[in-house]
This record gives sequence, structure tokens and C-alpha cells, in this order.
Amino acid sequence: MSSHYEAPIREPLILGEKSYHDISVDVGAPILGKANKSWWIVFSIALVAFLWGLGCIVYTVSTGIGVWGLNKTIGWAWDITNFVWWVGIGHAGTLISAVLLLFRQKWRMAINRSAEAMTIFAVVQAGLFPIIHMGRPWLAYWVLPIPNQFGSLWVNFNSPLLWDVFAISTYLSVSLVFWWTGLLPDFAMIRDRTKSPFQQKIYGILSFGWSGRAKDWQRFEEVSLVLAGLATPLVLSVHTIVSFDFATSVVPGWHSTIFPPYFVAGAIFSGFAMVQTLLLVMRKVVSLENYITIVHIEFMNKVILLTGGIVTVAYLTEYFIGWYSGVPYENYTYLSFGAATGPYWWAFWALIICNLIVPLTLWVKKWRRNILWTFIVALIINIGMWFERFDIIVICLSKDRLASTWSMFSPTFVDIGVFVGTIGFFFVLFLLYARTFPVIAQAEVKSILKSSGERYKRIRESGEDLAGTATDQRTSNYATRPQSLGVASNSDATHHQSTVNADALVDTEAKKAEIDMMLANIGTYDPATQTADDLKKISGVGPVLEQKLHQLGIYTYDQVSKMTKKEYDLLDELIDGFPGRAERDDWAGQAQNLKN
Amino acid sequence: MASGNVLHVLYNDDDVLMKAVKEIRSNKYRINEAYTPFPVHGLDKAMGLPHTRLAICSFIYGLIGLSVATLMMNFIMIEDWPRNIGGKPSFSYLQNMPAFVPIMFELTVFFAAHLMVITFYLRSKIWPFKKAENPDPRTTDDHFLLEVDTAGHDLDALSKFLYETGASEISLIHNEEHA
Repeated sequence: MSSHYEAPIREPLILGEKSYHDISVDVGAPILGKANKSWWIVFSIALVAFLWGLGCIVYTVSTGIGVWGLNKTIGWAWDITNFVWWVGIGHAGTLISAVLLLFRQKWRMAINRSAEAMTIFAVVQAGLFPIIHMGRPWLAYWVLPIPNQFGSLWVNFNSPLLWDVFAISTYLSVSLVFWWTGLLPDFAMIRDRTKSPFQQKIYGILSFGWSGRAKDWQRFEEVSLVLAGLATPLVLSVHTIVSFDFATSVVPGWHSTIFPPYFVAGAIFSGFAMVQTLLLVMRKVVSLENYITIVHIEFMNKVILLTGGIVTVAYLTEYFIGWYSGVPYENYTYLSFGAATGPYWWAFWALIICNLIVPLTLWVKKWRRNILWTFIVALIINIGMWFERFDIIVICLSKDRLASTWSMFSPTFVDIGVFVGTIGFFFVLFLLYARTFPVIAQAEVKSILKSSGERYKRIRESGEDLAGTATDQRTSNYATRPQSLGVASNSDATHHQSTVNADALVDTEAKKAEIDMMLANIGTYDPATQTADDLKKISGVGPVLEQKLHQLGIYTYDQVSKMTKKEYDLLDELIDGFPGRAERDDWAGQAQNLKN
Repeated sequence: MASGNVLHVLYNDDDVLMKAVKEIRSNKYRINEAYTPFPVHGLDKAMGLPHTRLAICSFIYGLIGLSVATLMMNFIMIEDWPRNIGGKPSFSYLQNMPAFVPIMFELTVFFAAHLMVITFYLRSKIWPFKKAENPDPRTTDDHFLLEVDTAGHDLDALSKFLYETGASEISLIHNEEHA
């Protein structure tokens, strides 16, 4: 159909022979299955780091921020560095879901859910730092404009720090609502797929009773579009306002008019690097390589190249203008000859190498399509962008206008502990999310399957009509379920399939007839011409289950791959301890893969 | 809305569904409701649904947010307790306004976004602990369900016609209150 047309030159965004049902199965699998060992290991490490950080936070709050490495000259260091770093990371999610929605970029759909999750979790980490830095976090509500007992002591709306309060809380809450609204149809899918009553209850609550009416979808799409329109200037405003914290001051190196656009570009730069870091691992762990493809990775690398380029131009401008001004104070800013050769030379060069030089390798197509190299570059950018904020804050402060107060900063174990703790907290949240949330916006991906799916591109190019191609045997066989089993068993009561040896499992003739019907559908195994496959390779099948399948005459992947809901139901009836397994683990799909 | 009995007609392809909706409507049958697993583009138009006015609501909410920000900061910074902060003009909202632009913008977005989403939830009747109302669990997976009104139609002819439009399953639903 013409409405699904997409130029053949565009690479498919969904690989493999996927149907709509396959998308539900693949997205539901990590939630409905069990966590594997590597998940538990990573989760434990993250949890330990989080608890360590929590200890450091408690120590800071109970003792005072004197336990940090701050001194008279450098009164802002790791806390604000970490704050800006985390806020920056929190920029990619909304950029992907909002800006790319306005630009109608279909590739955003596979990654927006996780990127938004990352955004929210990163902003949570960012928000911790100003609150801890208050020293008395229980008085954090004083930043709100509420009437109070100190006469009319109001907050100061002229201050960029207060603008930050409004910008970050608006950003966090709007991102959360945007994310959750998009999650409703996907929670509903999980709710309707799961067999466990507990999960049905939980996902029923989370999905807000989403039913998918035509009117709901019309409103859903309108709301998404308007939210994207609102979130686009919002995401740009947030880091602009964060940069005002510095740009409105009179410290050399901070007082810079190019900070707002340069901070925004840097934020997207670091945000995409973090998305790459997380997704390259996640697509592997939860087997979503067919949805988060090399094409997605390349597109993200191109965004990294663009924003990295903007950041590079900003660095060069800062360096040049600092030198060209001839002002001696400018020689000690974070981008200056003084910084490059001074006591913080290592921080300066870390910034240059990580953010300016290494990302240049992505100009080479072969490298930006190389997964391992992309992962390494993403990690390097994460480090580089931390150094950028460290350099801006610590190097600029370390040499102030009076040479006698020049100083260096060295973090204490508490500084380090709080930072490591937020990384741990971030991963704790992300790992829990990856196990319990649909990590791909499956409803949206389904809506582009016919235009950008590999299978449908092939069908379209062969000149066939796409109408009717979405039918999936596994979900559409309810109606054709045989109603007349009695007749079948009467006509063929004594001659059951010879490969079936199911006397231990089956006691009635009617059941045996049902098995024959099943084998008629999925094909019989002929020991003379075929060899049995190793059914244990199908996840969920152990040696015992394999033996039982053999008793029922099922020996090959080919047979399993033809199984539908009907066959699964029969197996459920016949085999103890089996219920729901085959459908949940999608045996047919797995067998299809193993066959090839 | 549904008077009497309805047919639940399942389709398993969005293109077939779109064609079917057009045929059903051009044959003067009434579609009460459609349940789909993902937004099928053009379905609302094909079903004759009116436009949604949520965007207009959002615009109005944004204006409210802007007014709230202006009134709040005018009261706090200019009227109630003016202070000299860095020599900024604390006697006139208009002259001090450049410093207030960020908050005016943020509150505009805050009101426009949140109130619109709340309106959406209320209009579509979705909230925590709401029971889902899709009649078949497959409508969140890969099936599309049309609820067709049977009032005043011959059931056999109607089902035959619906099967011809490509329906994969049809079931008759008795509505208790009208049965």
C-alpha cells in the first residue's frame, strides 16, 4: 500500500522476518523471562556502589561539606562538575524523542524509550548534588517561592540558581510525563501477554487501563506531537540556564557569551555518548539486535559528530578570543596556553584528546559502523565531558586574580564516594528498568514495521501488495481450532502416528487423535530420512522436556517452528509443569532461528 | 453508546482494516469503536472521528502558565518586597523583565504540558486502577478489533459481508441491558 512507501535506498530499521506479533514477543521477553546471572552480577556491583555513595552522603550531611576537598579559592568543584555532567547526559533522551519526532526521524522509535529512561535517571542524579550541597537538605523547600515565617523573605528571581530550580524541575517532570504517556500502550501489551496474575495486576495499574481505542490513539498522537513541540525548546532552555550559572558571573573563563549554545551542544554530545554506552550493551543482553541495528548506531554517531564539531568550534573560539584579548587573567582560563602548560595540564589535554581528537575518527564510515569502536569512543567522550566541566570549574577558579590565593583542588574520599554512588544509583535504576519496563516503544515500532521492516521492504520490492501480510499463524488460529476431534479419532482409531510413543503421557484415544492432528499440522518426523535436532537448544527446553517431546513425536526444529497457539495449548494439557512456557519463550520463533 | 447487540470483528492486518472500515462505512453500517495495538494512520479520518482539540487546550494552559508566572513574580519581586539586587530595576516589572524571562518560559511549558496530559487522561478515561476495556487481549498485540452495530441489520448478511472485507474472526456480543 502506498501509505507504507519508503524509498528502497533507505536501509531497513527492523531486521529479520518480523511480524507485529514478533515485536510483542521480543519486547516482552526480558520482562516475562527470568534474569540471567550477568544481570545479577552487574546489579550487585551497582547496588554496592550506590550504598557506598549513600554512606558518603550521610557522612557529608551529618558532618558538613567540610568533608569535601573544597578550599577558600576553590569553593565549587566535584559537586557542581557532577551536577552539570549528569544534567548534560540527561539531554539525549528528550532530544531523541522530541526533536527527532518533529523531524519525523523513524529511527528514534527503537531507542527513545531507553534514552528517555536514561534522561530521567540522569536528572535524578543531577538533582541530588545541589540538594546535598545545601548542607541542610531537609530545608530544600526553601528554594520554592512559598510564604514563610521570616517576614516576606522571598526567593530571588534574578538569580540563575533559582532559574535552575525551575528549569530542572520542569524538565524532570515533563520528561517523566512524556515517557509515561508513551509507556501506556506498551504496559498494556505486557498486561495482555503475561500469564501471571500478579504481573497482570501490576501492569494493569501501570497501564492506566489503556484500551487502544481509535480516539485514544488520535489523542495520544496529538499529545505526543504537542509535548514534542514543548519539550524541544525546554531541553534547549535547561542547559542554557545551567550555563547561565557560570556565564552571568564575572570569573574569567566563565563570563562567556557563547556558553549557552556551546553547553547545549556539549550536553547532547555527552548524552548521545551515554545512550551509545548503555544501548550497545543492552541490545546484546536482551537480544534486541534486530531493532537497535547498526544503522541506529551510525545515526547516533553522526549526531555525536555534529555536536562534537560544534563543541570543537566553541573550544577553538574560546582559546583564540582568550589569547586575542591580551588580558592576563584570560591566560589562566580553562582553554588557554596557561592551562595547557600549567599544573592542570593533564586535565586540559584529557579534554582536548577525549572530546576533540578521538571523536574525529567517526568521520570514517567503517569506524562509525564498528560496534566495538563506537563503544570505546562513547566511553572516552563520557570521560572527556566530565573533564570539560571539571576544567571549566576548577581550572578557572584555581588561579584567581590574586596570585597569593592560587590553589589546587584534591578530592577527598567523600567527593569520590558521592560521585561513584550516583553512578551506582543510575545503574541500579537503569537495570531495574531494563527488567521491568518494555525497553522499546513497541507500539511505535509496529507503526513503522511495514515501511521500514526488512521483510516488508522485500515484499514491496517484489511488487506484491502489503495488505494481508501481517497475518501471523501463531495468533490467528483460534478460529480454525478443530471442533470435530471425535470424528477424526473414529475414522483412524487404531493407526496413530508411528513416531508417537506417548502412552505414558496420554490415556485416551481422543487425546491421541489430537496429537495426530498436531503432527498433521507441524509435520511428522521420519527417522529414515531425517535426523533429530537438539531441542535442548531452545530456551526453556531441558533434557526431561525434550524426552517428553520425543514421546509426542516431536524431534526437529522444523516441527517446532510450525507450532502455534493451538499446539502450545495441547502441550500444556499433556505435559505436567509446562503451562505457558512455550508461548512465553516463543519456541516457534527460536526454532525458526535455529533452523537457519 | 452501543444499543443492543454488536459484532466484534477481528482483523489481523492494518491495510485490510483500513479498506474494511471504508467499505463498512460506505455500506451504511455503523462502527461503534475500534481497538488497535498501535496508531493506524488515517484510521480516525476513515472512521469519521472529529479532530481532537487537545492542542488548543494546551495553548490556553500555556497562556495561564505565563500569566501565573507574571503575576507571581510581579507580586514577589516588585510589590511585596522590592530589593536592590546587583542594581537591577526593582521598581518596574517591565524593566526588570529580562531577568524573569527564563521562569516565565518554564512555567508556560510546565502548565501547557502537565495540564494537557491531565486533560488527555481524563478525556480518554485512563488513570491508575482503571480497568482495561479492550475486548480481546490480542488487540494490544497484533489484532485490530471493530465493534459493529447490528441494530436493524440481518446478522447473516452482515457477517458474510464482514468476512468478505477480510475479517479473520467475528463474534456476536449480547449487551445485557438491551437484550
